[in-house]
Amino acid sequence: MSKAPAGRSLGRIAWDSFRRNKRGMAGLLFILLMAATAFFSPLLANRQPIVCHYQGQWHFPALIEVVHNVPFTKHFIDKKPPFSQVTFNAKQSISESDFTVWPLIRFGPTETSYSSLQPPDSQHWMGTDQNGRDIAARIIYGTIVSLQVGVVSMGIAALLGIVLGALAGYFGGWIDISISRVIEIVQCFPTFFLILSILAWLEPSIINVMIVIGLTSWTSIARYARGEFIRLQNEDYVVAAKSLGCSSGRIMFIHLLPNSVAPVLVTITFGIAYAILAEAGLSWLGFGVQQPDPSWGNILREAYDSIRSASYMVYPPCVAIFLAVLSYNLVGDALRDAIDPRLAGE
Amino acid sequence: MLAYTLRRLLLAIPTLFGISLVTFVVINLAPGDPASVRADSVMDPRVSARVYDQLREYYGLDRPLHVRYLDWLRRIVTFDFGNSMTPDARKVSTKIMERLPATLSLALLSLALGFALAIPIGILSGAYRNGWFDTISSTILYALYAVPSYVMAIPLILWVSIELDLLPFQGMVSDNYATLSTSGKILDLAQHYILITFCFTYGALAYQTRFVRQNLLEVFKQDYILTARAKGVDEATVIIKHGFRNTLIPLVTLFGLTFPQILGGSVILEVMFNWPGIGRLFFESILQRDYPTIMALSFITAMLVLLGTLIADLLYAVVDPRVRYE
Repeated sequence: MSKAPAGRSLGRIAWDSFRRNKRGMAGLLFILLMAATAFFSPLLANRQPIVCHYQGQWHFPALIEVVHNVPFTKHFIDKKPPFSQVTFNAKQSISESDFTVWPLIRFGPTETSYSSLQPPDSQHWMGTDQNGRDIAARIIYGTIVSLQVGVVSMGIAALLGIVLGALAGYFGGWIDISISRVIEIVQCFPTFFLILSILAWLEPSIINVMIVIGLTSWTSIARYARGEFIRLQNEDYVVAAKSLGCSSGRIMFIHLLPNSVAPVLVTITFGIAYAILAEAGLSWLGFGVQQPDPSWGNILREAYDSIRSASYMVYPPCVAIFLAVLSYNLVGDALRDAIDPRLAGE
Repeated sequence: MLAYTLRRLLLAIPTLFGISLVTFVVINLAPGDPASVRADSVMDPRVSARVYDQLREYYGLDRPLHVRYLDWLRRIVTFDFGNSMTPDARKVSTKIMERLPATLSLALLSLALGFALAIPIGILSGAYRNGWFDTISSTILYALYAVPSYVMAIPLILWVSIELDLLPFQGMVSDNYATLSTSGKILDLAQHYILITFCFTYGALAYQTRFVRQNLLEVFKQDYILTARAKGVDEATVIIKHGFRNTLIPLVTLFGLTFPQILGGSVILEVMFNWPGIGRLFFESILQRDYPTIMALSFITAMLVLLGTLIADLLYAVVDPRVRYE
């Protein structure tokens, strides 16, 4: 029996094409670097050591903080006293003779000191803010917020957008008319106005910011999903699935969704870049992450407020936001080139 | 054409209705209202509760939601947005009209500047595709496009306004504006406009240039360009008369779509530059929980977006005779 030639799957073709795009790969690498920074942030900047032999016992305070980044681990493993006490000052208590491995930056993101508004030096690599907090540590922990905002808000937007777009595209008729109308109406509002209008009435918190960004930016995803579902409607495999008696849900989510995911994915990638930008903007305005918790946006706000006395504070958050947004945009561009059928022949 | 226009206008009515509904529901269903914000400032809890009830009654917030919606709808049809719920209780329309020139002038200026630069750059880089000009301009523009406007604004303020002390960055005029001579006033205004106009323009510039270039390349593929070249028309005429003229059609739609976006997307920049415009008014009203102003601004901007899309679509039909509407 002759075997069919081994073909490359759509995902494989896209990945092969994506891999050859240098700018896209650079963006992807930077995003992975950000994810690693976010996950291992307690090892990079911490007021407590990574490993320490203190009063006859071994302690791993920073390592345990990394483990806590995985949900629900707090019940199984936690810091031992005295490191578990908030008031415990490891820097003063640990003596020179104790075996200690310190993180790169020996400051926590919310740890205040009396040396406020200090320009960068060997101790504070990016200087300190008005409250004497280390900016490098705050930038590192700010990565977590930016990554979370991108993933969570676009997760919400993608779920809403794909489901509504799929329903509109697949069923057509009055379902399509009503969903399309809702999309049209929501798109008339400038996104940032809409986000601010809703956030104004909620407790300022990062969770609310993520939800609101998600709830307001699903429309373009829905439009693309709808278009794809309409386009694929008459493909042979869909007709075959229908004639075999598959349920609508099965056709929509098992057969159509994987084939329509590509353009939707591009929209989501650009959406993540927008979400990061919107969160930083909202935090700058005071609606997002609240002090003392760090976010690139509220670091930028502090920089703006003391721009005359501490100009060194401007650059770190600007560069961080710029690179994060740029990376997602580069990945989005590369992804679009990779799946664009017009370029597939190359 | 007339039938098409009429149909589009009729279709816009339910959308407009939907916009009003979304505006009203989003702002009124959320927890907290202007009365509670003002009553919270009274220390004594019993007095505070009484003040709260009185304010709710005074503003009509104690009425059922649908009654308030219908009332609001009835009034906005005549563009009556009521009075502000802040202590000064000024008319919302006066407040908006005060702030409109600052934003409108900025939007028009940046749009005009954007197109004035984007069209020649786009034509040059499209006509000499992958030449040195195309490479340099698209690299620079892509780099600029990648920098979000408010991320660009703060270092710009630092360099130009603080370290070099060249231009002011707070507000529209200096404190001593009233004492200046006429020419001094114009100079002062112009200085205040430079930085913020730049921040408003550069991001869209990359997009507009790409748009012009892309459309020109698309037009160059057409047979009539080949024909023109074959019969020996000189290259400049081919580019300008045959090529560029046909790219104007999509450009018209871009104009209609960008304008309302500039009007709406200016909150952070206006707050940053302390610019007395619509964006900052929106932000201030949000902080004060000023229902009528927030609703008015949301409704007006959404309506402008709708209008922009509509005009763009209609203009498309006017400038391109190939477009047929049944």
